[in-house]
Amino acid sequence: MNFLPDKILLRFLANTSWLLGVAVFLFFGVLSPRFLEVANLVNILIQSSSAAIVAIGMTFVLLTGGIDLSVGAVMFLSAVVAGKMVLSGLPLPLAILAIMAIGIVIGCVNALFITRLKILAFVVTLATLYVGRGLALMISQTRAMNLPETFLHIGSARLLEVPFPILVFAVVLVSSHLVLSRTAYGRQIYAVGNDLTSGAKAGIPVFRIQASVYIISGFLAAVGGIVSVAQLGAVSPTFGNQREFAAVAAAVLGGTSLFGGRGKVFPGTILGAILIQAVENGLVILNADPYIYPLITASIIFLAVLLDSLQHQQLRKLARRKIRPA
Amino acid sequence: MILFECESISKSFIGSTVLQDIGFSLEAGQVLGIVGENGAGKSTLMNILGGVLEADTGQMRLLGESYAPKNPAEASARGIAFIHQELNLFTNLSVSENLFITSFPRRRIAGIGLIHRTRLREAASRLLDLVELPLDPEILVERLSLGERQLVEIAKALSVDARLIIFDEPTTSLTSRESTRLFAIIERLCAERRSVVYISHVLDDVLRLADHVLVLRDGEIVGRGPKSQFELGQLVTLMVGRQIEQLYPPRCSVPSPEVALELKEVSQPGIIENISFHLHKGEILGIAGLMGSGRSELARIVFGLETHARGTILLNGKPLPPRSPKECVRRGIAFLTENRREEGLLMDWDIARNLALVQAPFYARGPARLIRDAALLERVAGTAGKVRLDPSILQGMAVKALSGGNQQKVVLGKWLVGNPAVYLLDEPTRGIDVGTRYEVYRIINQLAFTGTALLVISSEIEELMGLCDRILVMCRGEIAASFEREQFDREAILRSALWNSHEFSSG
Repeated sequence: MNFLPDKILLRFLANTSWLLGVAVFLFFGVLSPRFLEVANLVNILIQSSSAAIVAIGMTFVLLTGGIDLSVGAVMFLSAVVAGKMVLSGLPLPLAILAIMAIGIVIGCVNALFITRLKILAFVVTLATLYVGRGLALMISQTRAMNLPETFLHIGSARLLEVPFPILVFAVVLVSSHLVLSRTAYGRQIYAVGNDLTSGAKAGIPVFRIQASVYIISGFLAAVGGIVSVAQLGAVSPTFGNQREFAAVAAAVLGGTSLFGGRGKVFPGTILGAILIQAVENGLVILNADPYIYPLITASIIFLAVLLDSLQHQQLRKLARRKIRPA
Repeated sequence: MILFECESISKSFIGSTVLQDIGFSLEAGQVLGIVGENGAGKSTLMNILGGVLEADTGQMRLLGESYAPKNPAEASARGIAFIHQELNLFTNLSVSENLFITSFPRRRIAGIGLIHRTRLREAASRLLDLVELPLDPEILVERLSLGERQLVEIAKALSVDARLIIFDEPTTSLTSRESTRLFAIIERLCAERRSVVYISHVLDDVLRLADHVLVLRDGEIVGRGPKSQFELGQLVTLMVGRQIEQLYPPRCSVPSPEVALELKEVSQPGIIENISFHLHKGEILGIAGLMGSGRSELARIVFGLETHARGTILLNGKPLPPRSPKECVRRGIAFLTENRREEGLLMDWDIARNLALVQAPFYARGPARLIRDAALLERVAGTAGKVRLDPSILQGMAVKALSGGNQQKVVLGKWLVGNPAVYLLDEPTRGIDVGTRYEVYRIINQLAFTGTALLVISSEIEELMGLCDRILVMCRGEIAASFEREQFDREAILRSALWNSHEFSSG
């Protein structure tokens, strides 16, 4: 009977994302004390906030078993449109409203094709990715756009000493965590991700739920875009490029399943997003070769997924029915 | 008081009539038993009642008011609960969340409707008490056994305060103790003036529970009346439409002395212990035992799906490598799973491709290992004839659209294609109708006649007694007793299955 070690092993495997996080922070902290300074930690939070917000939206979609590849394009397109609006003299609040509207509209388009016309989410959002980027490149004439100071002001604004990006991040995190774990709608998202047909039979409005997650994802991609633009002060033609993969990576690193029905925004996804940013930040402090960043990030994601899969095998083994005492 | 009635209900799918002119009525507090072969239209009828499908013609009335549900939600709002044959639970959610997935108790905090978790917990505990399931409502459904899940499903139906509760094959995954518990629940529901529609292939259960019986055949009512008018043999005749003189076809061969499969002291800690037996060519060997006695696990170990720690398994005197189903197939062992939906079939493929599945690798030729489709299909069509599958539906129709009986023929046919020497059949007649059952028995007999060795696992002792040359009884992972054909005795077999056993639950 090796019951106790099994339990310890499970405990360990159930908390891999926390443990990985602690390991990363310790690793860089030992190599460079500067890494663990409060200023740097706050910096990591600010830098990861945009990616985390987008990844939270992605988590909603992944939980239903879908995927949204268009989030990077949404960030780009909405930033370009808003930039043009502000540069042509329209007030900033109007531009921000436009950004959110674009996110919601693209989310609606995705939702429409996926739930009404029953086209695979992968294909639909791949198409909106290209359409979105294409439109944005057309509008910006593929030139980088320097935004007026007003944008940077919101990026560095503080409310009660809390930097604006962290504030937005916190609001999105708390509300989405509440929605997913404590509302009927949130639990129904998990149910739909577990089994679509059972959901329909149980009387859950499955298509409305599927549609809603793409709209949420589009909206949060736009919000993530604002947060990012406000820090950069400029929109380059590569803005938002491949952010969809960063978002998926953060969610998966945090234990979200691509098959749907499993995952959490807190601690899962945001821990994933912060971890990816922390590694990059640490490597910068260590003056590491920039070409090595993606390799290290990839290894950490791989390790997380591997541990997650081990946890599942172990769980299944423990859940197996015993017929007689061993 | 009449609770529900319907008249001249008809339904057809793409030209073929599934239901024709169905009408019946149901009084409050009564149980209506519906029997019929697979494909007789029982499920379609119940889907119409439950709002999953709409009837083409006909009217339904609930408590005198017109009733025509557009969707399951409307049916349940009108007080009709439907417990489907296949479980509709979300394994990633907790028991309490499953029970109230569309009706969470809520409270508003700062304008947001949050789930009221204490009330959810209490309400869930109350429902679990109703079905006498002592579970923590917070436990995830994936941790529950099939029987427990079935009871959760029933508790869910009770949560909507239903006036009419439809049970579609509720006992397929219940142990006998759980079934007894279910029957007590049904009796209590009737005492509360609720009505029940009970669909089952287990005719004994129907005759025990129902006040009225309705017999369907090919979408029409062929018999109806109070239970006292029916007895078992007559029900079978009505269902099948012809007299089945004997439920089991007569054996016309005797086992050969040659051994096909031999197990020597096979053990796996926690699962099975010291299993030894010989299976002869031309023999039908039955394995009896309660659910959870290790019967299926034994078959899975022989077929290499699960590992074993000690002992050897010999096929024709030569040891089989552990954990290699592929090698088992190559050397002529067939394994028919008890779980045809998930393990036996690719539900979205058609019959021909499912039948071809096992043999496809042996039809690969040339350096590119391309499969010779034409030859394979020809072979498959021959097998389809042997199991009496309609040749016109072999291609183009997904097997998930077939009735349970036809699906089982496909699973069996898949193995027949390759002429294996040994069959391991796990519950070969679970959830299939009388007619198809007879077909399956006929095929098993035919195989034994040609010298094939068959191991048949079944929960129905009568079935094993009708079919087998010898029966081994398993209890808590061990072979508790062995009976030769002339010693067969239902009570003795049951006694040894129960001997010293306490049913282990999944916990």
